Amino acid sequence: MKSLRNYLDKIKPQFKEGGKFEKLHSTFDAFESFLFVPDKTTFKGSHIRDVIDLKRTMSMVIIAMIPALLFGIWNTGYQHFLSLGQQADFMQIVGYGLLKVIPIVAVSYIAGLGVEFIFAQIRHEEVNEGFLVSGMLIPLVMPVDVPLWMVAIATIFAVIIGKEAFGGTGMNVFNPALLARAFIFFAYPAKITGDTIWTGGLTKGEGVIDGFSGATPLSKAASGAIDQIPSIHDLFFGFIPGSIGETSKLAILIGAAILIITGIGSWRIMLAALLGGVTMTLIFNVFAANAYMTLSPLTQIMMGSFMFGMVFMATDPVTASQTNRGKWIYGFLAGLFAIMIRVFNPAYPEGVMLSILLMNAFAPLIDYYVVEANIKKRLKRAAKLVKS
Amino acid sequence: MREQKKAKEKEPMFSAKVLKLLKNPLNLENPVTVQVLGICSALAVTVQMKPAIVMALSVTVVTAFSNLIISALRNTIPSRIRIIVQLVVVAALVIIVDQLLKAYVYDVSKKLSVFVGLIITNCILMGRLEAYAMANKPWPSFVDGIGNGIGYGLILVIVAFFRELFGSGKFIGIPVIPKGFYEIGYVDNGLMILPPMALITIGIIIWVQRSRTKELQEK
Repeated sequence: MKSLRNYLDKIKPQFKEGGKFEKLHSTFDAFESFLFVPDKTTFKGSHIRDVIDLKRTMSMVIIAMIPALLFGIWNTGYQHFLSLGQQADFMQIVGYGLLKVIPIVAVSYIAGLGVEFIFAQIRHEEVNEGFLVSGMLIPLVMPVDVPLWMVAIATIFAVIIGKEAFGGTGMNVFNPALLARAFIFFAYPAKITGDTIWTGGLTKGEGVIDGFSGATPLSKAASGAIDQIPSIHDLFFGFIPGSIGETSKLAILIGAAILIITGIGSWRIMLAALLGGVTMTLIFNVFAANAYMTLSPLTQIMMGSFMFGMVFMATDPVTASQTNRGKWIYGFLAGLFAIMIRVFNPAYPEGVMLSILLMNAFAPLIDYYVVEANIKKRLKRAAKLVKS
Repeated sequence: MREQKKAKEKEPMFSAKVLKLLKNPLNLENPVTVQVLGICSALAVTVQMKPAIVMALSVTVVTAFSNLIISALRNTIPSRIRIIVQLVVVAALVIIVDQLLKAYVYDVSKKLSVFVGLIITNCILMGRLEAYAMANKPWPSFVDGIGNGIGYGLILVIVAFFRELFGSGKFIGIPVIPKGFYEIGYVDNGLMILPPMALITIGIIIWVQRSRTKELQEK
């Protein structure tokens, strides 16, 4: 560690103004603050300082996602060997999972951080930690068999159009990770829908054991085969095909607990989304026009990426509503629309992505009306006081 | 003697002023990227190059001749009914263009469908008529129309180029992406064919143009 510090100190002057690599100073800064706590401190004037800065916030979210990632790696291997009908020990399963998942993570980070670094250089800004979370979210919402170049293109698109065009970290309207998924979803629909993509190396036919279709619970539900949906036990622990990080609800709940305890994720949004999802399901239960609508709220919540989206994506502090009342409305509608789109839209088996993106667009409007309502209420109260 | 005098008063056909009318709409006063007019058709007809080029030509012809006609009539048009008169002229020209397209390039005309008819409502036309032709002589008005039509067409063709190349791997209908690419897993981008990507492409063009041209940057 110390030799690294010394080395950084040695090359630092070259990146200062007038130095040899002046143009790359933000790249240097980024690496320095990534490796060490920056030594820049404020020394003048009074400032309220908190230990929690952007870096700490982002690191916390990453920690919260680790259970989902680890389970995703294991499940990738598990589903693969299940489809082949082979027995495999733990190491083989994890080994296969690592082989499949790590490249996606690496590509997402390299592509995204590459764009961030380029923009920081052009704009003479410091590189910030904004992409750390998106870079981890993107692999978690991808199917295992997604081609790596698509991940790269989608990530570049999401970072440039979704984030840098709006002014960088903290200014984006839409969640970059969801945007990346939406991009692949509309650009290369064949690679992100269907039954064969969710299990690593799955091909129709040869080598696959009978009875293994690779279909996700959602696509089974959409085709009306609700009796084939796995048990609540399997749905909860995540022994099902699906996007890498979405399958295990247990891992997601651990992440949710970390986010809520550290105060980074808003419990209001998560709870409101749950309420919204349950409300919509109950409404469907009343009508029960087809088999899909008769599913119980518990099954609906456990299926697909509902929990994952509502815990890690809807709560993104940049794109969600900022006011407390706004968060309730935002979360509730996100959950409501997610189930509604899922059941009504035959083209897209999952509605969580579209629902959260839609609510991202509405979040500023919700905030505006919440603030306006508050102003009106207080004006009324003030007017009353003046009168009496 | 007399003839010489006349020639002196008369401006040359392509004076600096007239050339500017041709050049400005290409960049600094581009109808699509700077004035943000005619976006609707720019999104709709840019899936492929061929319709985009035909559309660009049609709009150029209609803008140029409606500018010319209205400018020639400008002193006789009562200002209270000028919009109606402008519409009649534009509508007549659009119908002529539409019939010509149907007669000679039927397949493209079918692809463009209503958008040829909708040239009538294209904001670029009314904008040029109101802003330029009503107050200027026929020749500069004609050039102004051509300039704006080309400015519009330029953006259309750029957008269509990228959309056709990445959306269907073709250039004016000819496949240009090597077969080998598809064999190793390359897939055409379906989003490029959908209208949102046209909007994003125009957005990127505006972004590039603004960051390169100092005059367009707000303080």
